[in-house]
Amino acid sequence: MSAPGMDRSNLRTPLKDVTGLGSAKSGTHHFIVQRVTGVALVLLTIWIVGFVLALVHAGDYAHAREMLRHPFAAAWLIAFVVIGFWHAQLGLQVVIEDYVHARWLEIASQLAVKFVCAGAALAGVIAIVRVYIGQ
Amino acid sequence: MPQNARPLSPHLQIYRWPLAMALSILHRATGIALAVGLLLVVWLLLALAHGPESYATARAFCASWLGLVLLFGWSWALFFHLCNGIRHLFWDVGKGFGIAQAYRSGIAVIVASLVLTGLVWAAQGGAA
Repeated sequence: MSAPGMDRSNLRTPLKDVTGLGSAKSGTHHFIVQRVTGVALVLLTIWIVGFVLALVHAGDYAHAREMLRHPFAAAWLIAFVVIGFWHAQLGLQVVIEDYVHARWLEIASQLAVKFVCAGAALAGVIAIVRVYIGQ
Repeated sequence: MPQNARPLSPHLQIYRWPLAMALSILHRATGIALAVGLLLVVWLLLALAHGPESYATARAFCASWLGLVLLFGWSWALFFHLCNGIRHLFWDVGKGFGIAQAYRSGIAVIVASLVLTGLVWAAQGGAA
């Protein structure tokens, strides 16, 4: 690699490279995290569909709790809830950016989405852990 | 705002909907629906952690008429968003941008989402 600013095939100035993070100031970070969580969710969803079907067939409360006591099941469920809400927040953020044009309403709804997603993810994790440790 | 008074170029209601446009809108719509569905998952987990009565209430809701309609809708939304998300991942690496290819993959996504939804509901058929 050439020294910064010496690459003549690149017409962008070095200043543009360091400030070129777009209006969000985070470059492609949102896009990439949306994809990474998406790929993770492809794998997690395939497992979760099978798990939910087994849960439906298990029927009773005691059996359902027993299924969540398996460390593998608890781990995948926690991953599904956390990554699911993470992915959901990123997606809803873009929808709000696209369609909500009143500034105060946009900020209010962005905050609401972040708080609800984070809160629901935490509640889900606590519920899973509570069942897992058998309280 | 004067923004609202400005004339708009021909918009959604003017054009005949190509498949790609309908699927793109459905991807967003199912994504929003699934975010709400995830809240139901948390409710079920909380009910399971809370006790047998809460779990029975949550299960009764899922078995109710409204619950079944919601679960059926969410299951299709999940499989559609999953399949179309995989379609998007192929686009992200630069594959499948041809118009004929995009139509074919779009139809494949619709068919796959319907088949998977049918399979899941057939698989749970035996349970209460």
